[in-house]
Amino acid sequence: MTIQQISIFLENKFGRLNEILSLIAKEQVRIIAASVADTSEFGILRIIADDPQKAYQILKANRISANISEVFAILTESVPGQFARTIEYFTQAGISIEYMYCFSTQSKGVLVIRVNDSEAAHEVIRRKNLRSVDQIGLREI
Amino acid sequence: MYWEQKVETISRHELEKLQLELLRTTLIQAKQSSYYAKVLNENGLDENSIQSLSDLKKIPFTTKEDLRNHYPFGFSAVPLEKCVRLHSSSGTTGNPTVVLHSQKDLDEWANQVARCMYMVGIRNTDVFQNTSGYGMFTGGLGFQYGAEKLGCLTVPAAAGNTKRQMKFITDFNTTTIHAIPSYAIRLADAFYEAGCDPKKDTKLKTLIIGAEPHSEEQRKRIEELLGVKAYNCFGMSEMNGPGVAFECPQQNGLHLWEDYVIAEIIDPVTLEPVPEGELGELVLTTLKREAMPLLRYRTRDLTRFIPGICKCGRTHRRIDRFKGRSDDMMILKGVNIFPIQIEKILMQFKELGNNYLITLETIGTNDEMLVEVELSDLFTDDYSVLQRLTKEITHQLKDEILLTPKVKLVEKGSLPQSEGKAVRVKDLRKII
Ligand SMILES: [Zn+2]
Repeated sequence: MTIQQISIFLENKFGRLNEILSLIAKEQVRIIAASVADTSEFGILRIIADDPQKAYQILKANRISANISEVFAILTESVPGQFARTIEYFTQAGISIEYMYCFSTQSKGVLVIRVNDSEAAHEVIRRKNLRSVDQIGLREI
Repeated sequence: MYWEQKVETISRHELEKLQLELLRTTLIQAKQSSYYAKVLNENGLDENSIQSLSDLKKIPFTTKEDLRNHYPFGFSAVPLEKCVRLHSSSGTTGNPTVVLHSQKDLDEWANQVARCMYMVGIRNTDVFQNTSGYGMFTGGLGFQYGAEKLGCLTVPAAAGNTKRQMKFITDFNTTTIHAIPSYAIRLADAFYEAGCDPKKDTKLKTLIIGAEPHSEEQRKRIEELLGVKAYNCFGMSEMNGPGVAFECPQQNGLHLWEDYVIAEIIDPVTLEPVPEGELGELVLTTLKREAMPLLRYRTRDLTRFIPGICKCGRTHRRIDRFKGRSDDMMILKGVNIFPIQIEKILMQFKELGNNYLITLETIGTNDEMLVEVELSDLFTDDYSVLQRLTKEITHQLKDEILLTPKVKLVEKGSLPQSEGKAVRVKDLRKII
């Protein structure tokens, strides 16, 4: 089970991040998680939204360079050590994590990860009984 | 094989003798215009100042600006009642330019075009369809009269209306077309969309292409799609129009008709001739024009002479395809660079869009080049892929221009849009 993540090319220009987030907010799309990875030249903004297709269309309509990719969103209990334990399962299976970001609420934690081998990751999730959520599951957190 | 064998295969020695004689006549004629009367007089020049072809360089250059400043009739060397046609090209700034033709000029122009067409195998048995715009644009009437002189059944279809063009091609058994490259592709697409294969379902065999810059790959593609041989044509309204230079069946450079013009290729900065084979600005002097001779006209077009003798037997020198406009040339650290060199590289990356901006700036005491280019769309969620792309672009640019530019990927739509003549180069260098 995977969810859709939107990646947006960002130039390092003052106010640009705010501009893009406002565009999405204006159309009533909720951003569940976001992260920015940047170099000295440019950055990539990654977004998990409640309606990724709509968010993507908004970006397209505004001629913003964006891309949709599939990532895993793994639900954990919000207790110390949960994120670390989850990551360890993947490491043990020899899967490298290309990037990850996470967020937690009062009771739940969510780990968004992108791996180099999705097949193997699916296998880990099944074997270790991890809870990976889909788009609908995500909305209910 | 030759429309005019004697002059097309004339020895270089004889050709130069002919050019000298025609140049002197041209000077006598040019003096009749108010513009050249003044210029030649100020420089103490007349036909007797020209004892050999190397004396040509005594004559000052003529520029497009000069044509504009003496709009409309300052260059006419015959009374207006001897002129039978006027072509004008609209300028984006200032006055348009005007070119006047006497009946003799039109006859010579038609002969030049007929010579070009005959060279690539077009005969009076051919049906020639001209998809060029008529009116002020010289590709219309220029080819019309040339093809008629050659004896082709000539169809002045003019531009646009692809359905009608296709019907004419099919119904009239058109064998030869004149089109700009992008339109040739559109026409081919339209045939295929209609379920026709132009290779089998039409009699097309020759295509004359010009007016738009295009790559060798594009030519090959057009040839395959339409099942034709495609030949490049060069002309400009100041030099009549089409027919100034034309490819022969060897398809390796365009023969420039040197009994009609004297060609020089100069460094646009120093204005000195460049070594044979090197890129520079084409400068042309008309040799047979009566109503409006032009002396050392700076075309602003960049090309080079192709060294060596052509296998086709013609002795007139060949010029290479046009490499851009001299107005666009940059000099960075003593190296001449043209935006087209950079564009050529950028266009090879499908990850990149069509918009780019070159900025020259002084960083510390060094002059540097920054190339900003828009991404066409984001194709990855991984920035290291973008870093690798940047590196690859930099590497390929360095191979082309021999300097290492700084390459920066920018968001789609963030650079100024290209409308007509886009601003591709910004020079912010400080003079130290
Ligand atoms: Zn040849």
